[in-house]
Amino acid sequence: MRIVIEKRQSISRTAIFLVPVLSFFISLLLGALLLWASKANPLDTYAAMARGAFGSWSNFSETLVKAIPLMLTGLGVAIAFRMRFWNIGAEGQLTLGGVAAAWVALFWSQYLPDGMVLPLVLLLGMIAGAVWAGVPALLKALLKVDETLTTLMLNYVAILFSEHLYYGPWRDPQGYGFPGTAPFPEAAWLPRLSMQVRVHWGLIFAVVLALVLWFVLNRTRWGFELRIIGENQTAARYLGINIARNVVLALLVSGALSGLAGACEVAAISRRLQQGLSMGYGYTAIIVAWMAQLNPIAVLFVSVLMAGLLVGGDQVQMVMRLPAAVGLVLQGMMLLPLLAGSLFTEYRLRVIRTPSAPSLAEEVSS
Amino acid sequence: MIALLTSVLAITLRAGTSLIYATVGEIFTERSGILNLGLEGIMLMGAVTAFATGYYTGSLFLGLLVAVLVGAFLAAIHAFLTVTMRANQVVSGLSITLFGSGLASFLGQRLGPASNNFYLVGLVGVRFTVLRIPLLSDLPVLGALFRQDLLTYIVYLLVPLAWFYLYKTRSGLNLRAVGESPETADAMGIDVARVRYLYTILGGMLVSLGGAHLSLSYTPGWAENITGGRGWIVIALVIFAMWNPLRSVLGAVLFGGINAVQFRLQAQGTTIPAAFLNMLPYLTTVLVLVVMTWWEALSKRIGAPAALGTAYMREDK
Repeated sequence: MRIVIEKRQSISRTAIFLVPVLSFFISLLLGALLLWASKANPLDTYAAMARGAFGSWSNFSETLVKAIPLMLTGLGVAIAFRMRFWNIGAEGQLTLGGVAAAWVALFWSQYLPDGMVLPLVLLLGMIAGAVWAGVPALLKALLKVDETLTTLMLNYVAILFSEHLYYGPWRDPQGYGFPGTAPFPEAAWLPRLSMQVRVHWGLIFAVVLALVLWFVLNRTRWGFELRIIGENQTAARYLGINIARNVVLALLVSGALSGLAGACEVAAISRRLQQGLSMGYGYTAIIVAWMAQLNPIAVLFVSVLMAGLLVGGDQVQMVMRLPAAVGLVLQGMMLLPLLAGSLFTEYRLRVIRTPSAPSLAEEVSS
Repeated sequence: MIALLTSVLAITLRAGTSLIYATVGEIFTERSGILNLGLEGIMLMGAVTAFATGYYTGSLFLGLLVAVLVGAFLAAIHAFLTVTMRANQVVSGLSITLFGSGLASFLGQRLGPASNNFYLVGLVGVRFTVLRIPLLSDLPVLGALFRQDLLTYIVYLLVPLAWFYLYKTRSGLNLRAVGESPETADAMGIDVARVRYLYTILGGMLVSLGGAHLSLSYTPGWAENITGGRGWIVIALVIFAMWNPLRSVLGAVLFGGINAVQFRLQAQGTTIPAAFLNMLPYLTTVLVLVVMTWWEALSKRIGAPAALGTAYMREDK
């Protein structure tokens, strides 16, 4: 008897759904070991995290606040990953989106009619994100420069640039030395959904964009082309699909989504450009996209779950004096079983029984 | 002038040491056909565990040992996912980085003493001290080469040894065969999976030592994100070195040199904002990549293992 691994004819739908769910629970189990080893009761910790993230409307609203940038960057990463373009620069694209949004809000709004300010804040944010993703995309398309490194390096450049601005030339002179720009004029604020919570219009953008993206990817010719490029570049070439052009276009969309995330953060939450814009959402977005198996609709739900881990992590820090990083550890651990399990979506294990003696002998000798 | 050169050389070496450990480690890994993008996470874990172990035991050796074991463990996960489970190497490496950096920051907030709120940040632990080599260390300029700590001296041996192993031994030949053409290596009777596991783990150990160098010698101490993207820069340095351990020195000197220039300019009070100086290593990495890729396009090959990044399975044929 032996076990062979063989490729499935088509990707298993059950596995696509089950593997991420199981991975989530495996990461909770492994996390429990870690908590137990650091002398904390895992059950109490998880209960406190769940209460902190989902226990009340106000807590849940904070989870949603953190989910919004994850949704937008997660969508951006997912569309790039679908083409096997490893854009890990969502963090920088988000940061630069925030910078461009702040630029409009701080320096243009006085010359613009009030109604124009917010649309331009968001638009410039998207353009900046698109440009920041477009550079590595062009380098890849024209010169075949590896995109994992270029997108990542540009994160550091964008973050240093934004720090330079709010520590230096853009710093609020009335800020009592606080690193940040002056507050934006009200015309540049992205409205919140109600007076009591910080959840803002970004949530609606994210949901609508996810639906649009799902439709484009699954129901249009362009989406079909992108899928082919992702699955089989040789086939794409035979079909006459312009790979370079499509990669650049898809990456402009990808960067624009992350840029929008940054613009929404500064225009709705901090209402100024300040320390703490890049909280690692762009990296968590990679986990979001992969857990969602690159499906735009699933990105929405996974984002809420991941945001819950972040908010829950902050809560256990306050309540149980445990490091907030526990949320990061759980997120990081999720991808490992997920990757191991992805074998089962593309391959299946088959047990071959070898009843007759000669074939058994063959096995041994080979 | 001589004083300036000497100080630039000294800073370059100090900053370059961790880069060389990690570059040589990743060269071994990539030579077997496995791309490990988990370096940043492994370096962070190496840094935090080496520092914590050193802090509590007072032993530098134990600190290094733990870092090596942790690096081996993380790299073994990558090998398991990519070799046995045939996961995509890019995504697997990314997840090692995300997992490693999350866990490192958790440990950094948990492993410290109660008096410091359980934080490791800001503590002073054991560290490597400079060992002056008599006579040689008194040489003008080059004397800086012999006023280093043990970890840097080990690098002087590691680089030629790695080169010798890779190009002059049977095992090195087998390793390169696996990275160039796993089918051929398999036909020659080399166990492809075993070689890939072995060198991914060995690479992880060296990368983790590079992290330990940061917390036990270069910084020293633990701070969140102590690596500052070095794990990623190393991926570019491997390309810059064209997968040859000897040339890993060039990249490390280039990047160590950028650090030294930054250092000098800031010390002299330049008008260039610090942020732009700090961007230099990252922008240089992009530039190096563009130039190397362009060069590869011109001369066809710069020595990348042909099977780099691809899973190998007999059944697929």
